[in-house]
Amino acid sequence: MSETTHDGGVAVSPRPSPDEGLTAPQLAAKYGLTVSGARPGLVDYVRQLWGRRHFILAFSQAKLTAQYSQAKLGQLWQVATPLLNAAVYFFIFGVILKASRGMSRDVYIPFLVTGVFVFTFTQSSIMAGVRAISGNLGLVRALHFPRASLPISFALQQLQQLLFSMTVLFVIVIGFGSYPSLSWLLILPILLLQFLFNTGLALIVARMGAKTPDLAQLMPFILRTWMYTSGVMFSISKMMEGRSEVFIRFLQVNPAAIYMDLMRFALIDGYGSSNLPPHVWAIATFWAVVLFAGGFVYFWQAEERYGRG
Amino acid sequence: MAEPDTEQNPVDQTPEALIPTVVADELHIVYRVHGAKTGKGSATAALSRIVKRGEERGVRKVHAVRGVSFVAYRGEAVGLIGSNGSGKSTLLRAIAGLLPAESGRVYTNGQPSLLGVNAALMNDLTGERNVILGGLAMGMSREQVRERYQEIVDFSGINEKGDFITLPMRTYSSGMAARLRFSIAAAKDHDVLMIDEALATGDRKFQVRSEQRIRELRKSAGTVFLVSHNNKSIRDTCDRVLWLERGELRMDGPTEEVLKEYEKFTGK
Repeated sequence: MSETTHDGGVAVSPRPSPDEGLTAPQLAAKYGLTVSGARPGLVDYVRQLWGRRHFILAFSQAKLTAQYSQAKLGQLWQVATPLLNAAVYFFIFGVILKASRGMSRDVYIPFLVTGVFVFTFTQSSIMAGVRAISGNLGLVRALHFPRASLPISFALQQLQQLLFSMTVLFVIVIGFGSYPSLSWLLILPILLLQFLFNTGLALIVARMGAKTPDLAQLMPFILRTWMYTSGVMFSISKMMEGRSEVFIRFLQVNPAAIYMDLMRFALIDGYGSSNLPPHVWAIATFWAVVLFAGGFVYFWQAEERYGRG
Repeated sequence: MAEPDTEQNPVDQTPEALIPTVVADELHIVYRVHGAKTGKGSATAALSRIVKRGEERGVRKVHAVRGVSFVAYRGEAVGLIGSNGSGKSTLLRAIAGLLPAESGRVYTNGQPSLLGVNAALMNDLTGERNVILGGLAMGMSREQVRERYQEIVDFSGINEKGDFITLPMRTYSSGMAARLRFSIAAAKDHDVLMIDEALATGDRKFQVRSEQRIRELRKSAGTVFLVSHNNKSIRDTCDRVLWLERGELRMDGPTEEVLKEYEKFTGK
């Protein structure tokens, strides 16, 4: 800055105007201008989001495809990854630790694989949710769209990922002697409820992660603790035999456990309703509705603040 | 008024008919940068910052825009100039409502949009899917994207040398990718349009074509903001210039007047 001779004064635009003397808010009001980047009302927000449904879907599919596009086996990994996951858990918990606890092999293996896939659905939705805003700041700072599109889109991506896993699951379940029956239709409402639950959680952690990106470092530990207490590899009622009723029920109403048990009940012949806590559908619906509605409102409340680094 | 080559610009309005489209009122923008606090960067230092009670630990504030106020009117093309890091792009984003203001406000007519979709595109996807994704990301409907698809591909000229649109974008040369990005971004019409140095992309032939497209966009847009380091493109396009320096509005006036001072300042 060698040149300091410039007077530095701000030359006001020389145009004469009848609006001379109006303050900025008055001027804005007179011409019907609105505050840029202001948060829309909740109803408006839902409407805007609905208008972006094609973007949300396209974005989730794009992310899903992009994931394996550099791999030689390509989209085959969509199926191979869950299969390998199931194999690892089977090796450790089925062969080495023998966590089956009285379940026959024909029940335990489908039980374990269902648990792994269903829990992974929730787990990866949350992990993607944490980074939904903080990992896409470029997008948030460049384009206009309701920000909830991002966490919803990531949850949707995980749902599509799960559908690939489900085909693997069907093969395994049938391979161990549980054939398709009417109860398989229950898969649809279960998936819907779990998707709502996951989306709600993704919205919540997306807002928290936008403010505190450190959450992405912390989250794997929380999720692992959650996984080991949810009965992914063991049956809660059998493993906790002898503990108080209250304690077992407390573990069983955990939403992750609820969705896993419902899915096992729907798919596996030898896994009867005696394994489910009472009012299981009511609890499943409760978690889905409360988390989704609560998460949505919680996320919307900070809408105008996303994008600040 | 100073522009002979753009009859389409509705400058024939009398001063009484000046309609403001963008009003910035004492706008301040502050970036918060994590993990860039001056001092030791070790883990123990980070820990001690957490333990010690301070107002905001480990966060450095960068005051990028400091109290900028102006009014832009319908039909105006406003240039933004200033040295690197003077806050031009930040100001544009704040006008678009993409960066939350620390204090002060921006009032706008409708939804201002930045010209650019780079952030929404994915290198691992084919050009074809990126056209669709980019269009949807800018808020076009599925039908609009379908209608404009061929137009976008033709404009980009990606397929002039073979069927490249079905290849992943990571296989494109940087020039080809830039052309496709511009073509997607320029496919939509905007109320208040903001262009951030997007003029010079691709080869000479494409530059001419893109400048032509920007003139068309200007015609349909109510107000245009242009950030550029190229004084010639500012002179060609803008009738008013805002000069930012260190986040402050240093000068605001007709293009020639401001550019003369700016060129004196930069020692050109």
